[in-house]
Amino acid sequence: MCLAIPGRVESIDERSPLERMAIVKFGTVLREVNVAFVPEAEPGDYVLVHVGVAISRIDEEEAKTVFEYLEQIGEAGDIGEAPP
Amino acid sequence: MRYLDEYRDSALVHRYAEAIRATVTRPWTLMEICGGQTHAIVRYGIDQLLPEGVELVHGPGCPVCVTPMGRIDQAIDLARKPGFTICSFGDMLRVPGSSTDLLRTRALGGDVRIVYSPLDAVNLAAKEPDRQFVFFAVGFETTAPANALAVRTAADRGLSNFTVLVAHVLVPPAIEAILGAPDNRIQGFLAAGHVCAVTGMADYERLAHQFRVPMVVTGFEPADILFGVLACVRQLEAGHAEAENAYARAVRSDGNRRALDLVEGVFEVADQAWRGLGVIPKSGYRLRHSYREFDATRRFGLETDSREPASECLAADVLRGMLKPDACPAFGSRCTPENPLGAPMVSNEGACAAYYRYRPMVEIPVQ
Ligand code: SF4
Repeated sequence: MCLAIPGRVESIDERSPLERMAIVKFGTVLREVNVAFVPEAEPGDYVLVHVGVAISRIDEEEAKTVFEYLEQIGEAGDIGEAPP
Repeated sequence: MRYLDEYRDSALVHRYAEAIRATVTRPWTLMEICGGQTHAIVRYGIDQLLPEGVELVHGPGCPVCVTPMGRIDQAIDLARKPGFTICSFGDMLRVPGSSTDLLRTRALGGDVRIVYSPLDAVNLAAKEPDRQFVFFAVGFETTAPANALAVRTAADRGLSNFTVLVAHVLVPPAIEAILGAPDNRIQGFLAAGHVCAVTGMADYERLAHQFRVPMVVTGFEPADILFGVLACVRQLEAGHAEAENAYARAVRSDGNRRALDLVEGVFEVADQAWRGLGVIPKSGYRLRHSYREFDATRRFGLETDSREPASECLAADVLRGMLKPDACPAFGSRCTPENPLGAPMVSNEGACAAYYRYRPMVEIPVQ
Protein backbone atom coordinates (compact mmCIF):
# COMPACT_ATOMS: atom_id res chain seq x y z
CA MET A 1 0.00 0.00 0.00
CA CYS A 2 2.94 2.30 0.44
CA LEU A 3 3.74 1.50 -3.15
CA ALA A 4 4.83 4.70 -4.82
CA ILE A 5 5.99 4.75 -8.40
CA PRO A 6 7.96 7.28 -10.42
CA GLY A 7 6.34 8.88 -13.44
CA ARG A 8 7.09 11.81 -15.74
CA VAL A 9 4.97 14.93 -15.58
CA GLU A 10 3.58 15.68 -19.04
CA SER A 11 1.38 18.70 -18.31
CA ILE A 12 -0.06 20.58 -15.34
CA ASP A 13 -3.44 22.23 -14.87
CA GLU A 14 -3.62 24.24 -11.66
CA ARG A 15 -7.29 24.68 -10.77
CA SER A 16 -6.63 25.79 -7.20
CA PRO A 17 -3.65 25.44 -4.83
CA LEU A 18 -4.93 22.07 -3.59
CA GLU A 19 -6.20 20.98 -6.98
CA ARG A 20 -3.02 21.12 -8.99
CA MET A 21 -3.60 18.29 -11.44
CA ALA A 22 -1.01 16.79 -13.75
CA ILE A 23 -0.99 14.20 -16.46
CA VAL A 24 1.78 11.82 -15.49
CA LYS A 25 3.26 9.11 -17.67
CA PHE A 26 4.15 5.75 -16.11
CA GLY A 27 5.86 3.67 -18.78
CA THR A 28 3.23 3.86 -21.49
CA VAL A 29 0.27 4.62 -19.21
CA LEU A 30 -1.04 8.15 -18.63
CA ARG A 31 -2.79 9.03 -15.40
CA GLU A 32 -4.16 12.10 -13.70
CA VAL A 33 -2.21 12.87 -10.52
CA ASN A 34 -2.56 15.60 -7.91
CA VAL A 35 0.78 17.44 -7.69
CA ALA A 36 -0.22 20.06 -5.10
CA PHE A 37 2.47 18.82 -2.69
CA VAL A 38 5.31 19.18 -5.19
CA PRO A 39 4.96 22.80 -6.32
CA GLU A 40 8.51 22.71 -7.70
CA ALA A 41 7.64 19.96 -10.19
CA GLU A 42 7.26 21.01 -13.80
CA PRO A 43 6.57 19.15 -17.04
CA GLY A 44 9.53 16.88 -17.78
CA ASP A 45 10.27 16.24 -14.11
CA TYR A 46 9.79 12.84 -12.50
CA VAL A 47 7.59 12.62 -9.44
CA LEU A 48 6.93 9.80 -7.01
CA VAL A 49 3.22 9.02 -6.97
CA HIS A 50 1.30 7.24 -4.24
CA VAL A 51 -2.49 6.62 -4.46
CA GLY A 52 -2.98 9.38 -7.02
CA VAL A 53 -0.94 12.02 -5.19
CA ALA A 54 2.69 13.01 -5.84
CA ILE A 55 4.65 12.99 -2.57
CA SER A 56 8.10 13.91 -3.86
CA ARG A 57 9.93 15.19 -6.91
CA ILE A 58 12.78 12.95 -7.95
CA ASP A 59 16.14 14.66 -7.70
CA GLU A 60 18.14 13.76 -10.80
CA GLU A 61 21.52 14.51 -9.23
CA GLU A 62 20.79 12.39 -6.16
CA ALA A 63 19.46 9.62 -8.38
CA LYS A 64 23.05 8.85 -9.42
CA THR A 65 24.17 8.13 -5.87
CA VAL A 66 23.27 4.45 -6.08
CA PHE A 67 25.56 4.08 -9.10
CA GLU A 68 28.40 6.11 -7.61
CA TYR A 69 28.41 5.04 -3.96
CA LEU A 70 30.51 1.93 -4.47
CA GLU A 71 33.21 3.91 -6.25
CA GLN A 72 33.14 6.50 -3.53
CA ILE A 73 33.60 4.09 -0.69
CA GLY A 74 36.00 2.05 -2.83
CA GLU A 75 38.22 5.10 -3.21
CA ALA A 76 38.03 5.63 0.51
CA GLY A 77 39.68 2.23 0.76
CA ASP A 78 36.89 0.69 2.78
CA ILE A 79 36.08 -2.19 0.51
CA GLY A 80 38.46 -4.49 -1.23
CA GLU A 81 38.13 -3.61 -4.85
CA ALA A 82 36.97 -0.46 -6.57
CA PRO A 83 34.92 -1.36 -9.65
CA PRO A 84 36.16 0.04 -12.99
CA MET B 1 16.29 7.42 -16.89
CA ARG B 2 13.00 6.04 -15.73
CA TYR B 3 14.11 5.63 -12.13
CA LEU B 4 13.06 2.01 -12.11
CA ASP B 5 14.83 -0.55 -14.30
CA GLU B 6 18.26 1.01 -13.72
CA TYR B 7 17.99 0.02 -10.08
CA ARG B 8 17.23 -3.59 -10.93
CA ASP B 9 20.38 -4.08 -12.96
CA SER B 10 21.81 -7.45 -12.05
CA ALA B 11 25.49 -6.44 -12.34
CA LEU B 12 24.91 -3.49 -10.00
CA VAL B 13 22.99 -5.67 -7.56
CA HIS B 14 25.83 -8.19 -7.46
CA ARG B 15 28.46 -5.50 -6.95
CA TYR B 16 26.49 -4.32 -3.94
CA ALA B 17 26.19 -7.85 -2.58
CA GLU B 18 29.96 -8.21 -3.05
CA ALA B 19 30.63 -4.96 -1.19
CA ILE B 20 28.45 -6.12 1.69
CA ARG B 21 30.34 -9.40 1.84
CA ALA B 22 33.63 -7.48 1.90
CA THR B 23 32.37 -5.28 4.72
CA VAL B 24 30.88 -7.60 7.31
CA THR B 25 33.04 -9.35 9.86
CA ARG B 26 30.27 -10.46 12.24
CA PRO B 27 26.60 -11.45 12.14
CA TRP B 28 24.10 -8.57 12.07
CA THR B 29 20.33 -8.56 12.36
CA LEU B 30 18.54 -5.81 10.48
CA MET B 31 14.85 -5.08 10.17
CA GLU B 32 13.17 -3.65 7.09
CA ILE B 33 10.14 -1.90 8.48
CA CYS B 34 8.15 -1.64 5.29
CA GLY B 35 6.15 -4.49 3.79
CA GLY B 36 6.80 -3.12 0.31
CA GLN B 37 10.49 -3.76 0.92
CA THR B 38 9.74 -7.20 2.34
CA HIS B 39 8.04 -8.11 -0.94
CA ALA B 40 10.95 -6.80 -3.01
CA ILE B 41 13.43 -8.69 -0.80
CA VAL B 42 11.60 -12.00 -1.11
CA ARG B 43 10.65 -11.53 -4.75
CA TYR B 44 14.19 -10.76 -5.94
CA GLY B 45 15.82 -13.14 -3.48
CA ILE B 46 17.84 -10.28 -1.99
CA ASP B 47 18.12 -12.02 1.39
CA GLN B 48 19.80 -14.93 -0.36
CA LEU B 49 22.47 -12.65 -1.82
CA LEU B 50 23.55 -11.58 1.64
CA PRO B 51 26.47 -13.20 3.40
CA GLU B 52 25.81 -15.79 6.06
CA GLY B 53 24.96 -14.08 9.33
CA VAL B 54 23.39 -10.94 7.89
CA GLU B 55 19.72 -11.46 8.52
CA LEU B 56 16.82 -9.34 7.32
CA VAL B 57 13.89 -9.51 9.71
CA HIS B 58 10.53 -8.40 8.35
CA GLY B 59 8.79 -5.62 10.26
CA PRO B 60 5.20 -4.52 10.89
CA GLY B 61 5.09 -2.09 7.95
CA CYS B 62 1.90 -3.35 6.38
CA PRO B 63 -0.97 -0.96 7.09
CA VAL B 64 -3.54 -3.48 5.95
CA CYS B 65 -2.11 -6.11 8.32
CA VAL B 66 -2.25 -3.91 11.41
CA THR B 67 -5.71 -2.40 10.87
CA PRO B 68 -7.71 -3.56 13.90
CA MET B 69 -10.33 -6.19 13.29
CA GLY B 70 -12.97 -3.96 14.94
CA ARG B 71 -12.42 -1.35 12.21
CA ILE B 72 -12.91 -3.94 9.51
CA ASP B 73 -16.12 -5.07 11.19
CA GLN B 74 -17.31 -1.47 11.18
CA ALA B 75 -16.61 -1.17 7.46
CA ILE B 76 -18.49 -4.41 6.84
CA ASP B 77 -21.47 -3.22 8.90
CA LEU B 78 -21.61 0.03 6.95
CA ALA B 79 -21.35 -1.73 3.60
CA ARG B 80 -24.44 -3.78 4.50
CA LYS B 81 -26.55 -0.69 5.14
CA PRO B 82 -28.87 0.38 2.34
CA GLY B 83 -27.72 3.64 0.76
CA PHE B 84 -24.12 3.23 1.94
CA THR B 85 -21.00 2.67 -0.15
CA ILE B 86 -17.63 1.68 1.28
CA CYS B 87 -14.68 2.79 -0.83
CA SER B 88 -11.38 1.07 -0.14
CA PHE B 89 -7.99 0.22 -1.54
CA GLY B 90 -8.16 -3.23 -3.10
CA ASP B 91 -6.01 -5.11 -0.61
CA MET B 92 -8.41 -4.46 2.29
CA LEU B 93 -11.14 -6.57 0.70
CA ARG B 94 -9.94 -10.01 1.71
CA VAL B 95 -8.71 -9.13 5.18
CA PRO B 96 -10.73 -11.19 7.65
CA GLY B 97 -13.04 -9.38 10.06
CA SER B 98 -14.41 -11.27 13.03
CA SER B 99 -16.95 -13.18 10.91
CA THR B 100 -16.52 -12.25 7.24
CA ASP B 101 -14.65 -9.87 4.93
CA LEU B 102 -15.51 -7.01 2.58
CA LEU B 103 -15.24 -9.18 -0.51
CA ARG B 104 -17.92 -11.60 0.71
CA THR B 105 -20.00 -8.69 1.93
CA ARG B 106 -19.92 -7.33 -1.60
CA ALA B 107 -20.85 -10.71 -3.08
CA LEU B 108 -23.91 -10.68 -0.82
CA GLY B 109 -25.01 -7.33 -2.19
CA GLY B 110 -23.09 -4.81 -0.07
CA ASP B 111 -21.80 -1.82 -2.04
CA VAL B 112 -18.02 -2.03 -1.75
CA ARG B 113 -15.99 -0.21 -4.39
CA ILE B 114 -12.26 -0.38 -4.96
CA VAL B 115 -10.67 2.98 -5.57
CA TYR B 116 -7.14 3.78 -6.69
CA SER B 117 -7.03 7.08 -4.80
CA PRO B 118 -8.98 8.59 -1.88
CA LEU B 119 -9.70 11.49 -4.22
CA ASP B 120 -11.66 9.07 -6.42
CA ALA B 121 -13.93 8.37 -3.46
CA VAL B 122 -14.58 12.11 -3.06
CA ASN B 123 -15.47 12.36 -6.75
CA LEU B 124 -17.85 9.41 -6.45
CA ALA B 125 -19.57 11.09 -3.51
CA ALA B 126 -19.96 14.29 -5.52
CA LYS B 127 -21.52 12.35 -8.40
CA GLU B 128 -24.02 10.40 -6.30
CA PRO B 129 -25.30 12.82 -3.66
CA ASP B 130 -28.07 10.45 -2.54
CA ARG B 131 -25.68 7.82 -1.21
CA GLN B 132 -23.35 7.97 1.81
CA PHE B 133 -19.73 7.32 0.78
CA VAL B 134 -17.35 6.11 3.45
CA PHE B 135 -13.67 5.92 2.55
CA PHE B 136 -11.64 3.36 4.50
CA ALA B 137 -8.66 5.58 5.29
CA VAL B 138 -5.90 3.17 6.27
CA GLY B 139 -2.21 3.74 5.87
CA PHE B 140 1.12 4.92 7.17
CA GLU B 141 2.53 8.43 6.88
CA THR B 142 2.96 7.88 3.14
CA THR B 143 -0.80 7.78 2.62
CA ALA B 144 -1.74 10.47 5.14
CA PRO B 145 -1.28 13.40 2.70
CA ALA B 146 -3.65 11.82 0.16
CA ASN B 147 -6.20 11.01 2.85
CA ALA B 148 -5.95 14.49 4.36
CA LEU B 149 -6.33 15.97 0.89
CA ALA B 150 -9.51 13.93 0.35
CA VAL B 151 -11.06 15.17 3.61
CA ARG B 152 -10.02 18.75 2.90
CA THR B 153 -11.39 18.56 -0.66
CA ALA B 154 -14.71 17.16 0.58
CA ALA B 155 -14.87 20.00 3.13
CA ASP B 156 -14.06 22.64 0.52
CA ARG B 157 -16.76 21.25 -1.77
CA GLY B 158 -19.26 21.12 1.08
CA LEU B 159 -19.98 17.41 0.60
CA SER B 160 -22.31 16.09 3.29
CA ASN B 161 -22.27 12.49 2.03
CA PHE B 162 -18.53 11.78 2.41
CA THR B 163 -16.87 10.46 5.56
CA VAL B 164 -13.75 8.50 6.41
CA LEU B 165 -13.18 5.47 8.60
CA VAL B 166 -9.68 6.18 9.88
CA ALA B 167 -7.11 3.52 10.77
CA HIS B 168 -3.87 5.45 10.43
CA VAL B 169 -0.61 4.23 11.92
CA LEU B 170 2.75 5.93 12.45
CA VAL B 171 6.09 4.20 12.04
CA PRO B 172 8.41 5.75 14.68
CA PRO B 173 6.31 4.65 17.70
CA ALA B 174 6.29 1.10 16.30
CA ILE B 175 10.08 1.15 15.95
CA GLU B 176 10.29 2.40 19.50
CA ALA B 177 8.04 -0.43 20.71
CA ILE B 178 10.22 -2.99 18.90
CA LEU B 179 13.51 -1.57 20.19
CA GLY B 180 12.12 -1.19 23.69
CA ALA B 181 10.96 -4.81 23.94
CA PRO B 182 13.11 -6.87 26.34
CA ASP B 183 13.61 -9.61 23.74
CA ASN B 184 14.61 -7.22 20.95
CA ARG B 185 17.37 -8.51 18.69
CA ILE B 186 17.28 -5.88 15.93
CA GLN B 187 20.60 -4.06 15.55
CA GLY B 188 19.85 -1.81 12.58
CA PHE B 189 16.84 -0.54 10.66
CA LEU B 190 16.11 0.05 7.02
CA ALA B 191 13.63 2.90 7.38
CA ALA B 192 10.84 3.11 4.81
CA GLY B 193 11.75 5.51 2.02
CA HIS B 194 8.23 6.47 1.06
CA VAL B 195 7.24 7.20 4.64
CA CYS B 196 10.32 9.40 5.03
CA ALA B 197 9.61 11.18 1.73
CA VAL B 198 6.65 12.65 3.58
CA THR B 199 7.93 12.93 7.17
CA GLY B 200 11.62 13.61 6.73
CA MET B 201 14.26 12.14 9.00
CA ALA B 202 14.07 13.99 12.32
CA ASP B 203 12.30 11.16 14.17
CA TYR B 204 14.85 8.69 12.88
CA GLU B 205 17.75 10.83 14.03
CA ARG B 206 16.21 10.86 17.48
CA LEU B 207 15.64 7.10 17.49
CA ALA B 208 19.14 6.34 16.20
CA HIS B 209 20.70 8.31 19.04
CA GLN B 210 18.26 7.22 21.73
CA PHE B 211 18.63 3.49 21.04
CA ARG B 212 22.12 3.60 19.50
CA VAL B 213 20.88 1.81 16.39
CA PRO B 214 21.59 2.87 12.78
CA MET B 215 18.51 3.96 10.81
CA VAL B 216 19.06 3.96 7.06
CA VAL B 217 16.33 5.44 4.87
CA THR B 218 16.04 2.96 2.03
CA GLY B 219 14.30 2.69 -1.33
CA PHE B 220 12.43 -0.19 -2.89
CA GLU B 221 14.32 -1.46 -5.92
CA PRO B 222 16.88 -4.25 -5.48
CA ALA B 223 19.96 -2.02 -5.75
CA ASP B 224 18.34 0.51 -3.41
CA ILE B 225 17.72 -2.13 -0.76
CA LEU B 226 21.26 -3.48 -0.96
CA PHE B 227 22.57 0.09 -0.81
CA GLY B 228 20.57 0.48 2.43
CA VAL B 229 21.93 -2.79 3.83
CA LEU B 230 25.50 -1.82 2.92
CA ALA B 231 25.16 1.61 4.55
CA CYS B 232 23.67 -0.03 7.63
CA VAL B 233 26.35 -2.71 8.07
CA ARG B 234 29.09 -0.15 7.42
CA GLN B 235 27.72 1.85 10.34
CA LEU B 236 27.43 -1.24 12.53
CA GLU B 237 30.97 -2.39 11.74
CA ALA B 238 32.27 1.09 12.53
CA GLY B 239 30.24 1.33 15.75
CA HIS B 240 28.15 4.23 14.47
CA ALA B 241 24.44 4.81 15.06
CA GLU B 242 23.18 7.55 12.77
CA ALA B 243 20.18 8.30 10.63
CA GLU B 244 21.43 8.07 7.05
CA ASN B 245 19.68 8.71 3.76
CA ALA B 246 20.24 6.02 1.12
CA TYR B 247 17.22 7.15 -0.91
CA ALA B 248 18.08 10.79 -1.45
CA ARG B 249 16.54 10.94 -4.90
CA ALA B 250 13.12 10.88 -3.24
CA VAL B 251 13.70 11.84 0.40
CA ARG B 252 14.69 15.30 1.69
CA SER B 253 15.82 15.37 5.28
CA ASP B 254 12.96 17.69 6.24
CA GLY B 255 10.38 15.70 4.26
CA ASN B 256 7.53 17.27 2.34
CA ARG B 257 6.55 20.36 4.31
CA ARG B 258 3.49 21.16 2.25
CA ALA B 259 2.09 17.67 2.65
CA LEU B 260 2.83 17.64 6.39
CA ASP B 261 1.12 21.00 6.88
CA LEU B 262 -2.09 19.67 5.38
CA VAL B 263 -1.84 16.38 7.31
CA GLU B 264 -1.34 18.26 10.57
CA GLY B 265 -4.28 20.52 9.78
CA VAL B 266 -6.66 17.60 9.27
CA PHE B 267 -5.34 14.92 11.65
CA GLU B 268 -3.93 14.85 15.16
CA VAL B 269 -1.79 12.19 16.79
CA ALA B 270 -3.66 9.69 18.98
CA ASP B 271 -3.16 6.32 20.64
CA GLN B 272 -3.81 3.56 18.14
CA ALA B 273 -4.56 -0.15 18.33
CA TRP B 274 -2.46 -2.29 15.97
CA ARG B 275 -3.94 -5.61 15.02
CA GLY B 276 -2.03 -8.32 16.82
CA LEU B 277 0.21 -5.85 18.64
CA GLY B 278 -2.26 -4.02 20.87
CA VAL B 279 -2.45 -0.31 21.60
CA ILE B 280 0.74 1.67 21.01
CA PRO B 281 0.69 5.17 22.54
CA LYS B 282 0.62 8.09 20.11
CA SER B 283 1.01 5.77 17.12
CA GLY B 284 -1.89 6.85 14.94
CA TYR B 285 -3.97 9.69 13.61
CA ARG B 286 -7.54 10.73 14.25
CA LEU B 287 -9.44 13.58 12.64
CA ARG B 288 -9.12 16.94 14.34
CA HIS B 289 -12.18 18.37 16.05
CA SER B 290 -12.73 20.85 13.22
CA TYR B 291 -13.13 17.91 10.78
CA ARG B 292 -15.25 15.73 13.10
CA GLU B 293 -18.22 15.76 10.74
CA PHE B 294 -16.13 13.67 8.33
CA ASP B 295 -15.55 10.97 10.94
CA ALA B 296 -17.74 7.98 10.02
CA THR B 297 -17.60 6.50 13.54
CA ARG B 298 -19.01 9.73 14.93
CA ARG B 299 -21.55 10.51 12.25
CA PHE B 300 -23.01 7.01 12.24
CA GLY B 301 -22.54 6.30 15.95
CA LEU B 302 -20.34 3.23 15.41
CA GLU B 303 -19.28 1.27 18.47
CA THR B 304 -15.66 0.20 18.75
CA ASP B 305 -15.09 -3.41 19.64
CA SER B 306 -11.42 -3.97 20.31
CA ARG B 307 -11.69 -7.68 21.10
CA GLU B 308 -9.95 -10.02 18.70
CA PRO B 309 -11.32 -13.56 18.61
CA ALA B 310 -8.82 -16.30 19.31
CA SER B 311 -7.21 -17.62 16.15
CA GLU B 312 -4.36 -19.90 15.23
CA CYS B 313 -2.91 -17.02 13.19
CA LEU B 314 0.53 -16.02 14.49
CA ALA B 315 0.53 -12.64 12.76
CA ALA B 316 1.54 -10.84 15.95
CA ASP B 317 4.84 -12.76 16.01
CA VAL B 318 5.35 -12.32 12.27
CA LEU B 319 4.71 -8.58 12.51
CA ARG B 320 7.22 -8.17 15.33
CA GLY B 321 9.84 -10.08 13.42
CA MET B 322 9.87 -12.97 15.92
CA LEU B 323 8.67 -15.61 13.44
CA LYS B 324 9.35 -16.11 9.75
CA PRO B 325 6.08 -16.65 7.88
CA ASP B 326 6.97 -20.11 6.67
CA ALA B 327 7.51 -21.21 10.26
CA CYS B 328 3.80 -20.66 11.01
CA PRO B 329 2.14 -24.11 11.18
CA ALA B 330 -0.85 -22.90 9.13
CA PHE B 331 1.31 -21.38 6.37
CA GLY B 332 0.42 -22.69 2.93
CA SER B 333 -1.95 -25.34 4.29
CA ARG B 334 -4.82 -23.92 6.29
CA CYS B 335 -3.75 -20.37 5.41
CA THR B 336 -3.38 -19.33 1.75
CA PRO B 337 -4.11 -16.08 -0.13
CA GLU B 338 -7.44 -17.56 -1.28
CA ASN B 339 -8.41 -18.58 2.25
CA PRO B 340 -6.38 -16.40 4.58
CA LEU B 341 -6.45 -16.82 8.33
CA GLY B 342 -4.68 -13.53 8.86
CA ALA B 343 -4.07 -10.24 7.15
CA PRO B 344 -0.35 -10.80 6.38
CA MET B 345 -1.43 -13.54 3.94
CA VAL B 346 -3.67 -11.13 2.05
CA SER B 347 -2.00 -7.82 1.64
CA ASN B 348 0.39 -6.88 -1.13
CA GLU B 349 2.73 -5.94 1.67
CA GLY B 350 2.10 -8.81 4.03
CA ALA B 351 5.13 -10.97 4.78
CA CYS B 352 3.15 -14.24 4.63
CA ALA B 353 1.82 -13.35 1.17
CA ALA B 354 5.35 -12.53 0.01
CA TYR B 355 6.66 -15.92 1.13
CA TYR B 356 3.68 -17.73 -0.36
CA ARG B 357 4.00 -15.98 -3.68
CA TYR B 358 7.74 -15.94 -4.23
CA ARG B 359 9.32 -18.75 -2.21
CA PRO B 360 9.22 -22.09 -4.01
CA MET B 361 7.32 -24.57 -1.85
CA VAL B 362 10.22 -27.03 -1.78
CA GLU B 363 12.25 -24.54 0.20
CA ILE B 364 9.79 -24.34 3.05
CA PRO B 365 11.55 -25.95 5.97
CA VAL B 366 9.66 -28.59 7.88
CA GLN B 367 9.53 -27.35 11.44
S1 SF4 C 1 0.68 -17.85 7.61
FE1 SF4 C 1 -1.48 -17.22 7.87
S2 SF4 C 1 -2.03 -17.97 9.91
FE2 SF4 C 1 0.22 -17.97 9.82
S3 SF4 C 1 0.82 -15.94 10.60
FE3 SF4 C 1 0.66 -15.73 8.37
S4 SF4 C 1 -1.42 -14.98 8.04
FE4 SF4 C 1 -1.40 -15.83 10.15
